[in-house]
Amino acid sequence: MRFIIQQTLNALQLGSVYALIALGYTMVYGILRMINFAHGDIFMVSTYLGFFVASFLLGWALHLPMAVIFVLTLLLAMFGTSLLAVFIERVAYKPLRQAPRISAVITALGVGLFLENFTLATIGPEPRILPQVVPVINFNIGGVAVSSIQILILAISALVMFILDTIVRRTMTGMAMRAISFDKTVVPLMGIPVDRIISITFALGSSMAAVGGVLYGIAYMMDPYMGIRIGWWAFISAVVGGIGNIRGAMIGGYILGFVEIFVAAFLPSTYRDFVAFALLLLLLVFKPTGILGMPVVEQKV
Amino acid sequence: MNRRWWLPLILALLFLLSILLPHFGILNLYLQQVLMYVGINIILTISLNLVNGYMGEFSVGHAGFMAIGAYISSLLTVWVFPKSWGPFVFPLVLILGGLGAALAGLIVAFPSFKTRGDYLAIVTLAFNMIIKSVLENIEAIGGPRGFMGMSKLTNVAWVYVWVLITIFAIRNFVFSAYGRGILSIREDEVAAELVSVNTRQTKILAFVISSFFAGIAGGLFAHVLQFINPRSFTILKSTDVLVMVYLGGIGSIMGSILGASIYTILLELLRPLGVWRWVVGPLLLVILMVTRPRGIMGLREARWLLPAEEVQADAAVTS
Repeated sequence: MRFIIQQTLNALQLGSVYALIALGYTMVYGILRMINFAHGDIFMVSTYLGFFVASFLLGWALHLPMAVIFVLTLLLAMFGTSLLAVFIERVAYKPLRQAPRISAVITALGVGLFLENFTLATIGPEPRILPQVVPVINFNIGGVAVSSIQILILAISALVMFILDTIVRRTMTGMAMRAISFDKTVVPLMGIPVDRIISITFALGSSMAAVGGVLYGIAYMMDPYMGIRIGWWAFISAVVGGIGNIRGAMIGGYILGFVEIFVAAFLPSTYRDFVAFALLLLLLVFKPTGILGMPVVEQKV
Repeated sequence: MNRRWWLPLILALLFLLSILLPHFGILNLYLQQVLMYVGINIILTISLNLVNGYMGEFSVGHAGFMAIGAYISSLLTVWVFPKSWGPFVFPLVLILGGLGAALAGLIVAFPSFKTRGDYLAIVTLAFNMIIKSVLENIEAIGGPRGFMGMSKLTNVAWVYVWVLITIFAIRNFVFSAYGRGILSIREDEVAAELVSVNTRQTKILAFVISSFFAGIAGGLFAHVLQFINPRSFTILKSTDVLVMVYLGGIGSIMGSILGASIYTILLELLRPLGVWRWVVGPLLLVILMVTRPRGIMGLREARWLLPAEEVQADAAVTS
């Protein structure tokens, strides 16, 4: 029983990261009907950004309290990553908005490869971990080991996901986002600045990934190619939850977290991908739109 | 109409060259290897173009089918047939590998063509990952360490022959009465159904043909490298093929030939850059896609690949 609870905690921790990244996939898909394959690599870049910001702050401002350094790292990583994502959208995706949908997907693949290899070439392949910006305290609750890092990851991801959900559901900007994903042709006629809303979507989605990235960097090792694997898993999370649906992406992220941790707990870890993708296929056969997805309507392109 | 009497002549001449040039050592081993990769990539690209370009679906797991072809053919040449038979059974072995891949294609196609659009992408992606994972978990064929022991059966001439077969088969399929159903699916699936195209059957058939040639390419690849491991067939390999398809332009065989050749040769030329090769390559791709979203050929076809009546129709329109 203790083992199960322990693994559940680990699964929630990993699932939070997947959920945060999945949000970016699902938001962009909702608005542009485009799978942004570069998103996993944007997450990777955000982790490195967090790494450099944290190292810099620790080296330069020793007198700052750790909590301040952590919050600054988080905010700066979010800001930098949003800038990068908005820049990519403007330069690489926007010119292709009228082109066949696939062109944008291929461009996204290219951008992703570029980010990976640029990081590899400039920073190097060795795995790194974020400098310690959070004091590690281990609690023992009824035989279950809980670290301060774990609590922090769970709490912060829950908080930012709640904020995002509120933005999308309660603000005018969120309403504009939902309107664009509902009907792209009529929305500009209502005076909604489509380009700005798309930029905001990219900024929001990538700052979620940046939160995931910094939290990931605290708990796990980072390397330039991690965006591929984690990005794919987050993408599957978005699909499992129903791509285009924000709450679905959160649920999907936690489901994938559970799959990964519990497969590794009971089977050799090499079966991880196999089980995850087999589950995905099964789900798609029985419920092709994901858990919370809308039925796919045949659309005229 | 004998306007293309020169075509078989040129093809036969090239075939002779593909045997003679390596035989007399005019092409060194490195150039031969690059040529073979170009050929294999052409086969992969044309076969993926059938599904992604001509049919307008989005399949992203081509490397999975390639892996099946590579493993089946390698297992056959190493375990089943005596080594001395190698050169004689090689075509048979390749075809068996291709059939294995085609069978996998059939299994993937059945559930995934229930819905349209991005779900085929997700299913094929999952398939690619599953194949890699399964191969890694079968210890008998080397698991993650890979499989070796194949002799170097692939040579320039064989690759050339298979490239011709692929071009011939897919060109004639696409321009056949049945195959034009594929084009109609891309343009408008509902309308295609209304003019009595059996869309489900057509899609599945196209997908199976595409997988078959991916399997052939896998077999050729395994016998060039003489060593395969599951990591050669990841999603990155599939991405490579996708890039070549869209670089050359969808719905164009000439585009696929150009796309595969340019991409393969370009990456070879960039080799001195080391790690930066993989930075420059994707960057060029992004620039190309932004400035020319439809690729090099973009739905156009080289004249010599078009059927005669189409060329006449073109001439009639332009005059």
